[in-house]
Amino acid sequence: MKDDAAQRHILPLNLYLAVGSGLLVLTVITVAAAQMDFGQMNLLIAMGIAVVKATLVAMFFMHLKYDNRIYMLVFVGSLLFLGVFIIFTMFDTLRRGDIYEEISEPYLKEAVIYRTAETGTASSHAAADSSHTAAEAETETTDH
Amino acid sequence: MSQTTARPAHLQHHFTDVHQQAESAKLGIWIFLLTEVLLFGGLFCFYAIYRSWNPDMFHNAHAFLNVWMGATNTVVLIVSSLTMALAIRSMQLGRRKHTIVFLAGTVLLACVFMVIKYFEYSHKIHLGQLPGKWYFFEGIAGTNPHIFFSAYFLMTGLHGFHVLGGIAVITWLIIKTARGSFSPEYYTPIEMTGLYWHLVDLIWIFLFPLFYLIG
Repeated sequence: MKDDAAQRHILPLNLYLAVGSGLLVLTVITVAAAQMDFGQMNLLIAMGIAVVKATLVAMFFMHLKYDNRIYMLVFVGSLLFLGVFIIFTMFDTLRRGDIYEEISEPYLKEAVIYRTAETGTASSHAAADSSHTAAEAETETTDH
Repeated sequence: MSQTTARPAHLQHHFTDVHQQAESAKLGIWIFLLTEVLLFGGLFCFYAIYRSWNPDMFHNAHAFLNVWMGATNTVVLIVSSLTMALAIRSMQLGRRKHTIVFLAGTVLLACVFMVIKYFEYSHKIHLGQLPGKWYFFEGIAGTNPHIFFSAYFLMTGLHGFHVLGGIAVITWLIIKTARGSFSPEYYTPIEMTGLYWHLVDLIWIFLFPLFYLIG
């Protein structure tokens, strides 16, 4: 039972408090950084800080730094597959413009927010061919 | 591992010793957390696709989220993660009363999180920013602003359900601790719940900048 006690890793109180304070300081930094404009770097900075915070939580609060490495393997494995999932999807969705002409169209043309000028609010986003769909939508909505 | 003559009451018959039992439980909970990462992963992927397609609309729509409420919730959740970690530490040291205090603090902070979330949600519902056919807010420039709110409500909503689940489980832990079910030799349920709670915190650490702090 003695070596079992050693496996439990009772971490010092100050370490927990230090990690907690570190997380709070990083939260302040990320909010402050968001008030400034770094252009393309904005997303990278915000995600970078989030990754540092997540690492602190996983390593110390979740004890990954002290535990059997198998748990680290499971966790990092899940992140690896999440990366594959998102990055490989982006290979598709970000390159579609190379083949097709990209147009931004409303998904719900009949939605209130896409009503055209004659019904009240002007919307430049309703597609050019929507004069008849908008009229249709108007009759539909007045039906209710 | 030395063979113990008397098997402790909390040791299930199909494990050789308490160490193996604790390690198995921990591996189980980590595999559960893996499925949680992938569950949220689908929504993160959805977010990535639509934000890359509509960067300006996402930027315009995010202005309708209250950064200070989001930041407060981040602080609340981080502190609740800290109290959860301290609850486990207290039980490791055999301080049962401290464990109860820290667990109660965690539940309280989780409730504060949900109350703030309630105010955020009710304001958005009032403005007509619920996604899909319930979306009728007209103040955001860009095509399909309801997509942003679909992502917002789905991701923070699923996260909110996890917080509610955490509240229920941690309340159960408080009762079990008060009844004396845990000791420095056996506190696996507290430790496992702690891991789950830290993951909920970890997911919020990413949700916060992705929704409230779009540059």
